[in-house]
Amino acid sequence: MSEVTDVPSLATVLTATLLIGGAAMTLIGSFGLLRLRGFYQRVHAPTLGTTLGTIFITTASMIYFSALGTRPVLHELLVIVFVTTTTPITLMVLVRAARFRDGAGNERDLPGEK
Amino acid sequence: MSTMLAWSIAAAQILLSLAMACAAFRILWGPRAQDRVVGFDTLSVNAMLLLLAFGIRSGSTLYFESALIVGLLGFVSTVALAKFLLRGEVIE
Repeated sequence: MSEVTDVPSLATVLTATLLIGGAAMTLIGSFGLLRLRGFYQRVHAPTLGTTLGTIFITTASMIYFSALGTRPVLHELLVIVFVTTTTPITLMVLVRAARFRDGAGNERDLPGEK
Repeated sequence: MSTMLAWSIAAAQILLSLAMACAAFRILWGPRAQDRVVGFDTLSVNAMLLLLAFGIRSGSTLYFESALIVGLLGFVSTVALAKFLLRGEVIE
């Protein structure tokens, strides 16, 4: 904990709020991954963490390093663009694979067929 | 005021570690293979966020690059695992 001394208080409050909010969103998403029942319900839950949590925590990092270096630091935008691009691809490919596996004889987890 | 930031960073790290524990539980006890792959994807994203929190704590931008690499490798390995579940082989 070395260099958290000379940062303005507004940036500190914003960084702390965004960090706690993003971490709480991520925990709620991962808890949903733990608690929901079927695979097709379970695959929705971590997107909360991967979108809102990532955007909040990277915004907190941007605000903190901009206030620390007294210039705008924007390279955390790379993480936001990357995560919001790759999350739908991951979800689509995984659900397609799960649908293929469920079509091969064991339809017990498919939604709407109970 | 900086003690508030220190406590909030510690709280965020604890919350992210609990999220990683939930994802690890889903990897270990997932009933089927696709549940484990979803758990791995969540674990890699949570590890990336935890590295960003470490970067804010230490005040250096070196953690940002490792966070970017962790996120990229997590995406690539998740897609490779899903391709393996779909086809039975990764590169055909």
